[in-house]
Amino acid sequence: MFSVNLKEIADEFQLEVVTCADKINEKVITTPEMNRPGLQLAGFLKHVGEDRIQIIGNAETAYLDELSPDERMKRLEDFFKFNFPCVIVARGLEVCAELKCVSEQYGIPVLRTKEITSRFFSYLANYLNVQLAPRENRHGVLVEVYGEGILILGESNVGKSETALELLKRGHRLVADDNVEIRKVSDRTLVGTAPDIIRHFMEIRAIGILDVKTLFGVGSVKMTEKINLVIHLEKWDENKTYDRLGLVEEYTEILGVKIPLLSVPVRPGRNLAMIVEVAAMNNRQKTMGYNAAKVLSERIMAEIGRKSAEDA
Amino acid sequence: MIEKNVLVDNPTGLNAKTAALLVQVAGKFSSNIWIKKEDKRVNAKSIIALMSLAISKGTDITIEAEGEDEQLAINELTELFQFGLGD
Repeated sequence: MFSVNLKEIADEFQLEVVTCADKINEKVITTPEMNRPGLQLAGFLKHVGEDRIQIIGNAETAYLDELSPDERMKRLEDFFKFNFPCVIVARGLEVCAELKCVSEQYGIPVLRTKEITSRFFSYLANYLNVQLAPRENRHGVLVEVYGEGILILGESNVGKSETALELLKRGHRLVADDNVEIRKVSDRTLVGTAPDIIRHFMEIRAIGILDVKTLFGVGSVKMTEKINLVIHLEKWDENKTYDRLGLVEEYTEILGVKIPLLSVPVRPGRNLAMIVEVAAMNNRQKTMGYNAAKVLSERIMAEIGRKSAEDA
Repeated sequence: MIEKNVLVDNPTGLNAKTAALLVQVAGKFSSNIWIKKEDKRVNAKSIIALMSLAISKGTDITIEAEGEDEQLAINELTELFQFGLGD
């Protein structure tokens, strides 16, 4: 299971640490779920979500203000017994004395943001979703071609990097070469990036190591990209029949997400970069609802139907 | 598939030069070969991927090989690590 520590979150969102500053390095968050503890502060203590970040906004603060100091103290103590990772107060609201006191007592940090509660909630949810997403590393190249994220897979020496290089020359962008870190950010979305240390470096046999960003310019690289299509480069096999129509769609699964797959046979002299470009455009067109193979097939079926009707 | 744990013991670890040698040796075999460090696993025939692991002296790694010459590949690569990757 993946985790992110509270210090990283505080840095990312520039949160003000109100109490227990010494504890923020040791608090780890393992779930992207969060909680607004209205019900819990009102005394309903089932389903607290002990592993969740607790976010306090206007409503919770206004409710706590209505209580007498003793009652406020008691409610907060009952709530803090669940030992969640932290409390974040939104809208830059005042942190009351009782909250500070209970927080110190239980060693659970209180942090503060100036953002509006619901907006902060969604920023943090997005961030946690990415940080805690299931991930895997694949041997391949991730490029962005006409806005489509194309993951090129295939055995060593089949020409993945060379294809990427040709795509760069044609004005497309490199995201990762040889080692692609893939994260599942939602049930249907995969996002790929390169490990920091080798980002935007490539190795081309006979030339050596290239720094794509300095060689081709910042316009030729990208930090992350959604994966829309997988292209599998394979050595040309005389005995295999390759799809000639594109009517049947093939898929591959990465981290449980189905992604369209295109198997492309490689033969010397075949312009792979152009094939990848056209595949990207074709995939784009398909997602927009137009399938050329289907349209042509329907046109021919109609013509055949018309002819047989005439003959009859 | 077979695998073997080895200790990286040469002074510089897996830097550009030693990684290049490793790729060269791994490339001789038809088997698929991977190097694993903790939860990261990369293709041993890719120099960029190998360098991304930033393996230093004293790191425990696992060599994995799958294919016709897997045993041969594991043997030769283990030996390479034992002799300090030409460092």
